Amino acid sequence: MSAAGNWRLSPQPGEVIDRSTKVNFTWNGTAVSGFAGDTIVSALMANGEQLMSRSFKYHRPRGVMTATFFDPNCSFQVGNEPNVRGAHRLVKDGDVVQAQNAWPSLKYDVRSANQAVGRFLGPGFYYKTFIKPQPLWPAYQKVLSTFAPGGKPPAIGTPHEIFDKRYAHPDVLVVGAGPAGIAAAIEAGRAGASVILVEEEYEIGGHLRFGGPAELAHLATLRAEVAALENVEVLTDSVVSGRYDDNWVGVIQRSGVWSKERMIKARVGTLVVAAGLIERPFVFEGNDLPGVMLSTAALRLTGLHAVKPGTSAVVFTANSTGDAAIERLTQSGVTIARIVDARKGETIRRALGRGHVSGVELGNGSKVQADLLVTATGWTAPTSLLNMAGDRPVWDATAARFSPADDLPSTVMATGGILGDGTTEELIAHGRAVGAEAARRATGAAPVEIPDLGRDPHPALFQSSTVGFVDFSEDVKNKDVVSAAKEGYDSSELAKRFTTSAMGPAQGKYEMINTMAVLADATNRDFQSTGTTVWRPPYAPISLGALAGRSFEPTRVSPLQGWHEAHGVEPLIAGQWIRPEHYGDPQAEALNVRTNVGIIDVTPLGKFDIQGPDAVKLLNLVYTNQWDNLAIGSVRYGVMCAEDGVVLDDGVTARLGEDRYLMTVTSSGAATVWEWMEMWLQTVHPDWQVLITPITTGMASINIAGPNSRELLSRITDIDLDPQTFPYMKVREGVVAGVENCIVWRIGFTGELSYEIHVPASYALHVWETLIDNGQDLGISAFGIEAQRILRLEKGHLIVGQDTDGLTQAHSAGLGPLIKQAKEDFAGKQELAWQEARDGDYPHLVAIETVDPALVPPEASQIVRGNNEIVGRVTSSRMSPTLRRSVALAQVPKNLSTPGSRLTIVLPNGSRAVAVVREDLAFVDPEGVRLRG
Amino acid sequence: MIIIDCPHCGPRNSTEFRHAGEAGHKRPVATTDPAEWRYYLYVHDNPMGWTRETWFHGSGCRKFFSAERNTVTNEFRWIAPFGQGPAHTEESGA
Repeated sequence: MSAAGNWRLSPQPGEVIDRSTKVNFTWNGTAVSGFAGDTIVSALMANGEQLMSRSFKYHRPRGVMTATFFDPNCSFQVGNEPNVRGAHRLVKDGDVVQAQNAWPSLKYDVRSANQAVGRFLGPGFYYKTFIKPQPLWPAYQKVLSTFAPGGKPPAIGTPHEIFDKRYAHPDVLVVGAGPAGIAAAIEAGRAGASVILVEEEYEIGGHLRFGGPAELAHLATLRAEVAALENVEVLTDSVVSGRYDDNWVGVIQRSGVWSKERMIKARVGTLVVAAGLIERPFVFEGNDLPGVMLSTAALRLTGLHAVKPGTSAVVFTANSTGDAAIERLTQSGVTIARIVDARKGETIRRALGRGHVSGVELGNGSKVQADLLVTATGWTAPTSLLNMAGDRPVWDATAARFSPADDLPSTVMATGGILGDGTTEELIAHGRAVGAEAARRATGAAPVEIPDLGRDPHPALFQSSTVGFVDFSEDVKNKDVVSAAKEGYDSSELAKRFTTSAMGPAQGKYEMINTMAVLADATNRDFQSTGTTVWRPPYAPISLGALAGRSFEPTRVSPLQGWHEAHGVEPLIAGQWIRPEHYGDPQAEALNVRTNVGIIDVTPLGKFDIQGPDAVKLLNLVYTNQWDNLAIGSVRYGVMCAEDGVVLDDGVTARLGEDRYLMTVTSSGAATVWEWMEMWLQTVHPDWQVLITPITTGMASINIAGPNSRELLSRITDIDLDPQTFPYMKVREGVVAGVENCIVWRIGFTGELSYEIHVPASYALHVWETLIDNGQDLGISAFGIEAQRILRLEKGHLIVGQDTDGLTQAHSAGLGPLIKQAKEDFAGKQELAWQEARDGDYPHLVAIETVDPALVPPEASQIVRGNNEIVGRVTSSRMSPTLRRSVALAQVPKNLSTPGSRLTIVLPNGSRAVAVVREDLAFVDPEGVRLRG
Repeated sequence: MIIIDCPHCGPRNSTEFRHAGEAGHKRPVATTDPAEWRYYLYVHDNPMGWTRETWFHGSGCRKFFSAERNTVTNEFRWIAPFGQGPAHTEESGA
């Protein structure tokens, strides 16, 4: 501690600490204690600590400046949480608090030597010093990153905390609970509106909280009034992060909920911005020394936390808040060494001292000894949310601050300090009128008259004649802004980026106006034409956890999911679906299908019941092949293409009756295909009579595959399975395992004799277990998606999106025989005709065999020729348990697609493998004997 | 996030909808000219200001509908069931 002893004042009327509850924590390894209600910073200051951090670039000693969330000098490491805002965060028993950005210790920071080489760290130093030679950048980065500010993120494996989300629809949302904001919430609430009042700090009240007896009396009344209204919800320690189109408002609730943080997404009727004013620092030499602070910081520390900020003070004041600080400091036993009154033309030149303020040099050159320098030089209107609503604030030279222009949408209003000045009574009266009008606008009652809230004249004070900091987070001085302007970066947006002023954690709240003032001076412009940058969301930093929050994405599972889990399934996350990847050994599962029989849950398969006299027209339009001649009781494979001829989806569709079809599509394509078909029906052919009903989850789907599948199914169904009467690519409806209305069809994705049963979902488990029970002597086992992928690859069946991509037109996938150009119209017809005319000059999907049968080239491995020119890629590859060698599909150009072509595949380790193109896509049973059996 | 007033469901968050393209481009189904077809597929007016378009309410009624929207302000001049909007207006881009 720099000045040991007790810096705690006697009880103050507005204090927020609980002196009966002691809190013990450590500060850089030393045991310290404070009271419940203390922030980390107030507890440290009560123990005499004034040195809070080292600055970003020059590692200068820094102390409390604003005593708010955004204090640029008070970010700490607390336990494993970095960048904790120590002037906001309440200290907890057992906290391990450490200074950031200091090495080897806060007191003796080696890198403060950066100050001596400061001329190399001037504006744009990154761009200038380290730009060449380019190959050295990684080395530069390594060194520079050790100088970067910030704490240590939690180690990988640290249990993560829980973040939540909430949606809200208030009539009125009030941002900021100072006197005007509270009054607005009260009046809106009294008018019957549902209201949310959001306050950044832990208690409502704004500057009334650290005011005198009159302010505290007003606050007590307002608190009682707001507490009496059930329709006003007060959120403290919460911040509005942004305002978006149609009053979509983000609120981060940091405490008061069960989760670490909660993001509230609110659709607001009327947004009332009562964000108050932010006190602006003054630029002068030594303005970053510990012991230099804002008048509001002195009022907060004394009034809220009963901490004495120094022993002997110089107060540089230009307004009533500075005057109030003088009165409060006097009451707190601080000697007022000198009052420097800007309204009388007095000023300060520099703060004196090394490591801490020891005196002040005044404008007239005289020096005053003091350990505290308080400045009250003016205000910045935090117009962020108004900016986000389209408002472009105008500079009020008389009040020396920006004010909202009169161009807000009717759904956004402003009240309080952000708009104008007044007595507490006037602020409250204005807030009440705005609140009533906000409620009226949101609920449609009669208009309310709003009084004027003028702005008080205020001297325009930005910088002294000396060199000091405009940005404390980024270590940018006024002279840096001047040199940026001299180098041509005289637009405010350019100067900001070149110097990085206002680009640190406070995002311009303290820095922006001073930067603009220095730039205006340096370029001989007035304020308005120098401009200000537009504040964008977020207003305050948001943790990534809060943004990620809780996911409301639904999870879909089949009715068999419980069975899978009870049988050791390895789950596969496929979009919203959780599917069985395998049950332990996918190679064995695949082999069992080839030798005995297996069953797989394929419920996520997209299924559409399509009915109506024009149903076949729809099929002819969305599929490339011919559907007019499909007989009732038959199944056909079809391919869908988009209008650019690119393969969109594939699947089988059965004709169940005269005008009734069951279409299946890929699980991942189901939503797209449904919308695609509806688009054709609703916007191109609204006269067609077709009704599409998705039955994906209404019917569970079980595929039985393997040589024993007919024997197995015959044991539990009355459907005639004789291959003469129920051959390949036919469909039957009937009873399976006692369940009526099952649809059974013979298809063969796996290349084996195979039946797929679509069963009403609530009976799926019964049918599945009946199959398992009846298949014991037939060698039945369940198989998962991975075994199915192996089996279909052995058979050379493509998967859309795996073996095709966003550029694969149908002829490239070997689907030419399924394209019927004779049809009058179908999606993709034109492009596919032009593709066909290219005489094979396009990529081709081929089956390939590596020369080394044990080598499985990873999927997406590139195929190269000549001088490493990439000409294709492996789209699917697996070790085949049936053939005991690797099998793969690949996309290759025309001249490498003929059987026998030798391909060079680049493996991930950089080595090359050779593979040969096969005659047929199918590795197993190319003649289709097994699946037609 | 803007609010879109679905003609069937009423005002809903725009995340429930999908922009389904500019209206008024006729599909040249009989063309034999790749340039004409690809102009239809890929070239859009994309005006700054008022434009007629088709939207799809995927998380609601699953209906396609027509609308005229200002691409600068996101204001909707009218929203109607598919193909039922008012006739062409002077300021309208399409």
